[in-house]
Amino acid sequence: MSASRILSVAGRALPLVGDDIDTDRIMPARHLRAITFDGLERHVFGDDRAHAARDGRVHPMDDPRFAGASLMVVNRNFGCGSSREHAPQGIVRWGIRGIVGESFSEIFFGNAVMLGLPAVTAAHEDVAALQAAIDRDPRTEVRLDLESMRATAGPLAFAVHLPAAARDALVTGRWDGLGLLLQDFDQIRDFAAKLPYLRDFA
Amino acid sequence: MATLLDKVWDLHTVRRLPTGQTQLFIGLHLIHEVTTPQAFAMLRERGLVPAFPDRIFGTMDHIIPTSSLCRPAPDPVAEEMIATLEANCREHHIPLFGLGDSHQGIVHVIGPELGLTQPGMTIACGDSHTSTHGAFGALAFGIGTSQVRDVLASQCLAMDKPKLRRVRFEGAMGPGVTAKDLALAMIRQLGVNGGVGFAYEYAGDTVARMTMDERMTLCNLSIEGGARMGYVNPDDTTFAFLRGREHAPKGEAWDRAVNWWRRMASDSNAAADDERTIDVPRIGPVVTWGTNPGQSVMVDEPIPDTASLPPGEREAALEALQFMGFDAGETVKGRRVDVAFIGSCTNARLSDLRAAASLVRGQRVARHVRGLVVPGSREVQHAAEAEGLDEVFKAAGFEWREPGCSLCLGMNDDKLSGAETCASSSNRNFRGRQGSPTGRTLLMSPAMVAAAAIAGEVVDVRSVVPRGGVVQ
Repeated sequence: MSASRILSVAGRALPLVGDDIDTDRIMPARHLRAITFDGLERHVFGDDRAHAARDGRVHPMDDPRFAGASLMVVNRNFGCGSSREHAPQGIVRWGIRGIVGESFSEIFFGNAVMLGLPAVTAAHEDVAALQAAIDRDPRTEVRLDLESMRATAGPLAFAVHLPAAARDALVTGRWDGLGLLLQDFDQIRDFAAKLPYLRDFA
Repeated sequence: MATLLDKVWDLHTVRRLPTGQTQLFIGLHLIHEVTTPQAFAMLRERGLVPAFPDRIFGTMDHIIPTSSLCRPAPDPVAEEMIATLEANCREHHIPLFGLGDSHQGIVHVIGPELGLTQPGMTIACGDSHTSTHGAFGALAFGIGTSQVRDVLASQCLAMDKPKLRRVRFEGAMGPGVTAKDLALAMIRQLGVNGGVGFAYEYAGDTVARMTMDERMTLCNLSIEGGARMGYVNPDDTTFAFLRGREHAPKGEAWDRAVNWWRRMASDSNAAADDERTIDVPRIGPVVTWGTNPGQSVMVDEPIPDTASLPPGEREAALEALQFMGFDAGETVKGRRVDVAFIGSCTNARLSDLRAAASLVRGQRVARHVRGLVVPGSREVQHAAEAEGLDEVFKAAGFEWREPGCSLCLGMNDDKLSGAETCASSSNRNFRGRQGSPTGRTLLMSPAMVAAAAIAGEVVDVRSVVPRGGVVQ
């Protein structure tokens, strides 16, 4: 699979307000009952969406104002909990191409980058202002630029952050890093042969 | 002057990648039926095969039924996932502890049990509770399915080295207090995201006195505090646990191993990036009231007034209270429970079952409570049965099950229904976690779950006098 360069993501955005949104909420475990990732887009935030509908509310992912959004704006510690890649898989398959948030859990972040999904962080005030702006006017065009590491939305413009390795991987199209790991397999084999627990007391 | 994190990281660094990350060799790769089928498929698409099949071990735990071992499994989806892992392991000569195997069990219970988990190793698995193995002085962490693919293909991962936070537990544990309570108290103190970017090194006199089972419970819950890995430096307690285990070194190799393991521990004066202290004598039995593991109180303490919380946490706390059907100022003690679950990679080892059984012996589960005991592994199950613990639980009205993850995450038939409240020895009280979108989970120690099952409501385990003496 050849990866493509991801220099920017632009489009409309949906706000998903709340800290510590865990991967059980993003993708309840019953949707892990399959040997492929196919169809996961139907189940993203499934329980939250059903819950909102029952309460007469509209979850942002079902809100026609945000239909077709390609960015998601989240708060602190997004994607905490389970390591299930089904969570970012579902988000990507739903159509999201970039996430702006205050912070991400490490495993979720790593999974997202491996799918070519930039998950960038920004200051609390900037994230809150962006969420408010897109809620006020969902037609606002949001642009996430990985070259300048800035997000813009109408009059709003602010710095976003991404660890250097993740940024390089995305902008150079090397986010699918297996090729890099396998570049010199002999080196790995020689390395393993010298590990004390494989050499001296296996 | 280096920490275990430094030493093990450096030892496993194959090279520095052009991206600046480390190409880290993975000494032990554990796999199960739920997060691997797509990884094997991706490998196949690229015409690759597992590079080090003898460093990979498979088990089944997440979706398998715990009510029967029959094949085909009554649930066709479970059967498909079981059969897929069997086929993948067979094709690539990966040892697999399948349904009915005497070594089968929850991946984080069997690794240590078989002596596969050893000090100084790097260990990865497509499951966030892989941090459990850190109890042995390993760097162990959860990975996603694309990373499972990477490890299968190369036995390596591209990683950034975390910072190190040393968490010192100081003082004696009070009566009725367990490693679970210490971990939950720590997460409340440091926050559910406090550990992001850190590995946790657990130290202090309390940890030094802990058994391996207790250390495993503590390390297991690292991820619930945001730390992807947590470890305890290896010591004589570690070595005594490993000695004689099936995959532990034998004879002269054992002595070489112990010498090397000792040297992998953090040097006594090695500095961490951050240090915190947990005052253990102040901790009582802990229960969660909310929908993340940091939302907890001691069992006799009122649920905090949301106005007293930092502004960023108020709204989430209000939502959690509403979801759980609690009011601020209430105590969790007295909350009626519908289901009592003793199981999971956090608390389903023999010592956990003994502690629970000591409260159950000669008692009856309350009429309205469904009680479930799910041993962590076949070995735990057999050892418990040899002591008659299964009879103790069954006589009290608990169901005694086959090993697996079960009601911890509700992937099989073991689920809450509707807005049932579950006293649970598991690790996550997230909304919907136990299989019902409106189900309510109260996390607590196995002894607290047992006491709640008997009383029919959450009680303070310290107020319950077990028949036949306390087992700690």
